[in-house]
Amino acid sequence: MDAIAFDRVTLARAGRIVLTDVSAAIRPGEFIGVFGPNGAGKTTLLHAVLGLLQPVSGALRVFGATPMRGNDEAGYLPQTRTPSPDLRLRGRDFVASAFRGERFGLPRLGRDGRREVDWAIETVEAKALAYRVLRELSGGELQRLHLAQALLGKPKLLLLDEPLTGLDPHFQEAAVALVKRIQRSRGITVLFTAHELNPLLGAMDRVLYLGQGRAALGTVDEVITGEVLSRLYGARIEVLRGNGRILVASGRGPVESDVHRHDV
Amino acid sequence: MSIATMFEYGFMRTAFLAGGVVAVVAGAVGFFLVLRQLTFAGHALSHVGFAGATGAILVGISPLWGLLAFTLAAGAAMGLLGDRLRGRDVAVGIILSLSLGLGVLFLSFYTAHATQATAILFGNVLAVSPDTLWSLLGLSVLSLSALAAISRPLLFATLEPDLAEAKGVSLRLLSVLFLSIVAVAVAEASQIVGVLLVFALMVGPGAASLRLTSRIGRGVALSILLALLETWAGIALAYVTDWPTSFWIVSLGCLVYFLSALSPA
Ligand SMILES: Nc1ncnc2c1ncn2[C@@H]1O[C@H](COP(=O)(O)OP(=O)(O)OP(=O)(O)O)[C@@H](O)[C@H]1O
Ligand SMILES: [Mg+2]
Repeated sequence: MDAIAFDRVTLARAGRIVLTDVSAAIRPGEFIGVFGPNGAGKTTLLHAVLGLLQPVSGALRVFGATPMRGNDEAGYLPQTRTPSPDLRLRGRDFVASAFRGERFGLPRLGRDGRREVDWAIETVEAKALAYRVLRELSGGELQRLHLAQALLGKPKLLLLDEPLTGLDPHFQEAAVALVKRIQRSRGITVLFTAHELNPLLGAMDRVLYLGQGRAALGTVDEVITGEVLSRLYGARIEVLRGNGRILVASGRGPVESDVHRHDV
Repeated sequence: MSIATMFEYGFMRTAFLAGGVVAVVAGAVGFFLVLRQLTFAGHALSHVGFAGATGAILVGISPLWGLLAFTLAAGAAMGLLGDRLRGRDVAVGIILSLSLGLGVLFLSFYTAHATQATAILFGNVLAVSPDTLWSLLGLSVLSLSALAAISRPLLFATLEPDLAEAKGVSLRLLSVLFLSIVAVAVAEASQIVGVLLVFALMVGPGAASLRLTSRIGRGVALSILLALLETWAGIALAYVTDWPTSFWIVSLGCLVYFLSALSPA
C-alpha cells in the first residue's frame, strides 16, 4: 500500500484551481522534497493530505484511507508559525500544548504525556531549550520545538511546510540531517517543502516539483532537468550542475533566488 | 473609618464576597484574553454592555441582565467573525462608540436615574444586593466550568492555530465559546468596577502574571490571586479613605502591572 496516492487529483482554493489532475504515488518510508515557485500549491497539497481541503475531483488516499482532519498518523509543521514572539512561556510547555491539544478539558499531561513530550524534545535534540522561555529562543531553536510538536503522537507521516525558512546554511544542514535521522530510525514518510534544492540533495529519495498547476514526481535526475522545469515554470529554465550542487537558472539569472523568493 | 469595624456591616461583607467571586473569573479569563491578544475585544465588549445595561433600566429589569444579553450577543458575533476580526480595530471601535451613544440615548429617556448611570459606568460594589451576589456566584461557576472545559484546546489553538486546526480543533467554535465566556466575565466585572474600568480588572492581572511566570498553570493561579488581592485591598482602602472603590481597584491594578513590567527578563 502506498503512503500517499494521488489519482488524478484536482485541488482548488477559494474557487480557483491550484493543481490539476495530479497523479503520484509516494511509498512508505520515502523522503520527498516538495518544490515549486510561490503559489504553486505546496501548502495546498499538504492541506489536502491532512484532510483540511477536499479534492475537487480525483481520489486521494493516505495509507489507504480518505484523509480526515485530526488524523493521528500525520505530524504537521505549518508554514505560518505564530507563537507570540514576546511570550515568556517555557519551551517544554509550548511543545506540551500540542499533546492531544484537541481534547476538551484541562491542559494536563499525565504520565504518558510527559514521557511523550520528553521523547519528542530529546529526538529533536532540544533538551537544553526545554527550560528556556520562547522569547529568548532564536528562529532555528524555535523551529526545533515546532518539529518536536510535529513528532508528538509518533506519526507515520511527517508533513513539514518550509522548515528551513529563516535558518542560516549551517542550521539548514543540521535541520535536514535531523529530519533524515528521524525518518530513517522510525521508518516514516516525509514530505518536506523547500525553496532550495541543495540543502536537501543528500536527504531526499525523490522530488515532487509543482508549477503551472502540474506536478512531476521522480528522482532528482529525472525531474531536475531543463525540459521538465521549463514545462513547470512555463518559461525557459536551465539546470547547471557542478560540485555536487545544482543551480536552477532562468534566462535572467538563478531561479532559486528570484522566482523562488519567499515572503516570511 | 477603622478597618477593624469593616465586617460589621452587611453591605461590606456582601461587597467582599461579590468582589471575590468576580475577581476569580476576571483573573482566569483575563489571563487567556491577554494570551490570545484579544484585550481590545474585551474592552469593546464592556462598552457594548453599557447600552444593554441602560436599556435594561429603561424597560425595568436589572442592569446586570441587560449587560449580559448585549455582551453575549456581541461576543458571539465577534467569535463568528474569528480571524476576520484581526486588524478591524476601527470597526470594533466604531461599534463601541455607537453603543456608548445608544446608552446615552436610553439614559436621556429616564433622567431620574443619573446615579444608576454612574454605577454602570464606574461601578458600585458597595451597593451589590444579596440577590445580585447570588446571580454573580451562579455566573462565575458557569463561566469557570466552561473555561476549564475548553482550556486545553484553547491553549493549543492560541499557541498553534494551524496545527490545532489540522488536529481537528474548530477554531471558530472555540472562538465563539471563549468570547461568550469573556462576555459573562465582562458583565460580572462591570458590577464591581463599572463598564469603563473593566479593562483594568480583566487585563491588568493577566498581563502582569504573563510577565512574571513561564508556566501556564501558575500563570492562571497568579492572575487570579492578583485580581483577588487588588479587589479586596481596593474595597478595604475605599472603606478607610471613603474614596471610590473603583478608583482603588484600578490604581492597584495599574501599580501591579507597572511593577511587573520592571521585573527582569
Ligand atoms: N486561504 C486561501 N484562500 C484563497 N486562496 C488561497 C489560500 N491559500 C492559498 N491560496 C492560493 O492558492 C494558491 C496556492 O497557494 P499555496 O499556499 O499552496 O502555495 P505555496 O506553493 O505553498 O506557496 P509559497 O511558496 O508561497 O508557500 C495561490 O495562488 C494562493 O494565492
Ligand atoms: Mg506554502
